[in-house]
Order: sequence, then C-alpha cells, then structure tokens
Amino acid sequence: MKKLLDRILPYLVISPYIIHLLLFVLFPVIFSFVLVFHKWNIISPMEYVGLDNFARLFADRLFWRSLWNTFIFILVHIPLQIIIALSLAYFLNKKLLMLSFFRASFFMPVVISGVVITILWQQLYGLESGVINRGLIALGLGRVEWLSNPKIAMISIAIMATWKNVGLYVILFLVGLQTVPKSYYEAAEVEGATAWQQFRYITIPAINPTMFMVVILSTIGGFSLFIEPYIMTDGGPLNSTLSAMLYIYKQAFGYYHMGYSATLSIFFALIIMAVVVVQKIFVESEEN
Amino acid sequence: MVRKIKKIGFYALLLLAALSFLYPFYWMILASLTPEQNIGTLGIVPQGITFEHYTGMIEKIPIWSALFNSVFVATLSTFGVIVFGSMTGYALAKMRFKGRNLLFYTIIFTMTLPFQITLIPNYILMVNFHWVDTLAALVVPSLNSAFAILLFRQAFMTIPDDLIHAAKVDGCGDLRIIFQILWPNIIPSIITVGILTFMTSWNDVLWPLIVIREEGLMTMPQLVTLFAVGGRSEAQLGVKLASAVLLALPIIIAYLFLQKYFIQSMASSGIKS
Repeated sequence: MKKLLDRILPYLVISPYIIHLLLFVLFPVIFSFVLVFHKWNIISPMEYVGLDNFARLFADRLFWRSLWNTFIFILVHIPLQIIIALSLAYFLNKKLLMLSFFRASFFMPVVISGVVITILWQQLYGLESGVINRGLIALGLGRVEWLSNPKIAMISIAIMATWKNVGLYVILFLVGLQTVPKSYYEAAEVEGATAWQQFRYITIPAINPTMFMVVILSTIGGFSLFIEPYIMTDGGPLNSTLSAMLYIYKQAFGYYHMGYSATLSIFFALIIMAVVVVQKIFVESEEN
Repeated sequence: MVRKIKKIGFYALLLLAALSFLYPFYWMILASLTPEQNIGTLGIVPQGITFEHYTGMIEKIPIWSALFNSVFVATLSTFGVIVFGSMTGYALAKMRFKGRNLLFYTIIFTMTLPFQITLIPNYILMVNFHWVDTLAALVVPSLNSAFAILLFRQAFMTIPDDLIHAAKVDGCGDLRIIFQILWPNIIPSIITVGILTFMTSWNDVLWPLIVIREEGLMTMPQLVTLFAVGGRSEAQLGVKLASAVLLALPIIIAYLFLQKYFIQSMASSGIKS
C-alpha cells in the first residue's frame, strides 16, 4: 500500500500542471487544427468548409497589409532599440556615480502597463497641443503629423514601444558588458587601439549572445503588438497601424469568425516561429 | 583634462536620457491635476491644480471594483503559479517517475509556442465552461506557468538531496518538504516569480478584453482602455490621464520600494528565456 502511494505520488504532485497543460495548451492546439477547416460563429453549428479559410487568407489583402505593418514595426523598433540600449549601457558601464538612479529611471516604463504608456503618448504626440510638437516648434522646427500621417503613424508607435522597452535591454546589455574583463581593454589601449576599434573588436563579440537574446525577445514582443494601436489609432489612418494581432482580434471578437481567425492565428504563429528559427540559424552561422 | 570633459559629456548624455524617461510621467501626473483648458499649454510649470478629473472619472466608471478585481486576479494567479510551479518544479528536480523527461521537454516546447495559437480556442473553452464574464476566466488559465516551473526546478536542483533525505527520515511528506523545508531556501526565486507573475497579470489587457464584457468584473487596465477608446471620456484629456495615473500608481509605488527586485527579476527572466 505504501509502495503504491510512493509510485503515484509524483503524478499527484504534477497533476495541477498536467490538468492545465491538457486544458489550456494541448486541447487548444488540437482544436485549432479542427477550427481551420470550419466556419463557425459559436452560436450556430460548425460548418465544414474544407480549405476555404486558407483560400480566403491568401486573398485577404487586409491581412497581408497587417502582416506588412507588423514587419515595418519590427524593422523600426528592433534596430532603434539595440542602438539606444547599447549606447546607454555602454555609458552606464563607465563606472559613473548615480548608476542606480539612471538605471531605475530607464527601467521605469518597463514595469508600467502599456495602456498607461499609450494613453500618455497619445497626448504627447498630439498635433497642436502635444508636448513633442510644441517642443519642436519652440526649437524652430515644424510640427510632425505623428499619428495622422499614414506614412509616419507606425513609426511613431515603434518609437513609443522603444521608449517603453529599452530599459530592460539596457540592463541585459549592461550584464553582458560587465562580463568583459577590464584587462582586454587595457591591453588594447597599450596596443594603441582607438575607442571605436575596442568597441568593434572587443565589446561587440563579447555581447553577441546578449544581442541574440535581445533580437529574439523583441521579435516575439513585436509580433504581439496589439494594445498600442488598439488604443492610439484603432489601426488607422488608412489601416497603416493595423497590426496582425489587432486584425485577428477584430476578425475573432468583432465579427465572430472563429474558424477564419483561428486560421489566421496558426498562419501567423508559423511565421513567428519561422522568423525566430531563421534568426537562430543566422546567429549560429555567425558564431562559427 | 580630456578625460574630465569626456566624463562630463557622459553625465550630460545620461542625464538627458533619464529626463526623457521621467519627464513624460511628470507631465502625465501634472496634467491629470490641471484644469482641462490648460492641459494644451502645460509644460513644466503647474497651471492651476484641480481634482475634478479624478472625481469625474470615479463618477463615470467603477474604478474601485476594477481595482479590487485586478488585485484579486493578480494575487490568486501569483499564489497559484508559486504553489503549483514549485510542486511541478520539485517533481522534475527531485522525484523519480516515468515520463519525467517527456514532461520536461513538453514544458520547454510549450514555451516556444506563440500564444497566438491558443488564444481563440481558449476563448471557446471559456464559452463552453460558461466562464465568460466570471473572474474564473481570468484566474484559472493563469494558475500555472512554464517559466516558473523551470525556474523552480533549477532552484531545487541546487539543494542537496541529503536535506530531503533527512526530512524524510523524520517522517516529512513531499508537500511538507516543499513548503516548509525547501521554500525558505529558494526565496530569491520565489520573489522573481512573484514579481513577474503579479506584473504580467496586472498589466494584461488582451485576455480580459476577450472574456469580460460586464463592467463590474473588468480589471483596471481593461476598464481604463475601454474608457480611453470609448465615448464616455467625452474626449476630455484630463479624465483619461487621471485614469491612466490611477492604473500606473500601484506599480509605481511598488517599484519605488522594490526597484532592485523588479530589475533583477525582469533581467533574469530575459536571460533565462
């Protein structure tokens, strides 16, 4: 009796997780693959439609537009984030006073809800009375149509997202920089290497793993872009800030196209996984 | 001399950067206290102080029940993630059973799965459980976290087996070993998981938007979002900003006191994932 109990005890201990895994992870994944072949609005019975959802996806210009927008967001956001985070971390690593004050202030937006940040930046970006445009005018520059120009709106959102997240990456880069032994720089200085050469040949290789992590984390985060355009622009102007997640949300919970939105979700998830794998392969080939 | 000038340059740059992160929050808090007609010209100097935005917002939306819902949901999720996470993490680190490796790799696999795949089926699940418009829809699916399990597994692996054997000889069951003997040894991991889970739950807005429609059951970020995009703020900047300030305030206060832990937790979550 005691022996039997010992045998099943581990399974009892993991049972809360197993139930969670079956209900909220495995079942949804499997059910997704059922949904993609059906048309369903939750209320009326499911209707089998074969590959119609896929045909519709490939012809859905708005979906492709939303994917494109998401890529633009990522392509602006990630390089901007790396440049700013790396420079701030580089300066912070100079053994300055007030390190913890700087670190804490850069990190502040990271812990605050994206909802707050978006409501705040919507005001900062205001055309007439926004603080940023008023500042630009005071400097003698013209105002920018941050959110009303379809060519600029997504870039504005990317700038805001960078401002929100960059503090986290400053810390990650700082941890990476601190692993570089000081003696490397001293040796380089003796050899007469310039600051740029030191940065290029000592710092950059040393923080490569951090760089990879930052790219992967912000790629995954970037693909989830939702609440910022939802609050700020509702995807406008002219669908220029309609992110893929926002489009899927509208299909699913605006129109209750469950089968179609599940198809979009799976397709989108496959793209995300493919991009991350490609990044991984790229980094591994760099390292060799 | 050149060194000194350089150093002053670094400070100037960093100070400018720090200001660009802090000033918007200063402006937001000040604007939420400024009469509506003055917000458009508000810069640094206060232009009159009023609490009308706060009183106006409290009249328009059930912010206190939203605050309660958010605290309730975040506390329960955090508690569940710590308790269940350390149970599963303990089993993976210190117990022998068939399927242990399979479980371990399954957990890693679930972490690589984009959440987009499970979002819509999970909503359908909530509909079938009749959990739409209940707090269960917010709490139950977030009682477990793969990240927490892996972190606790790692922490338990550093604890010598002798400690567990000694406790077993004294007649301690496995659950008592986890919660009474091992927990005090892994407090940093518990703090990390606690802060991350609470913050994720507190800031989450997509899932509440999907499963909660009744105003009295909404969480704070959800209520504030719908207030900001909906018609009820009547395009008044002041009340929108006041609601944003109230949403940010609990985390800002926690951050001011626990800043070191926040930064450590978030950095370690990045490094470990």
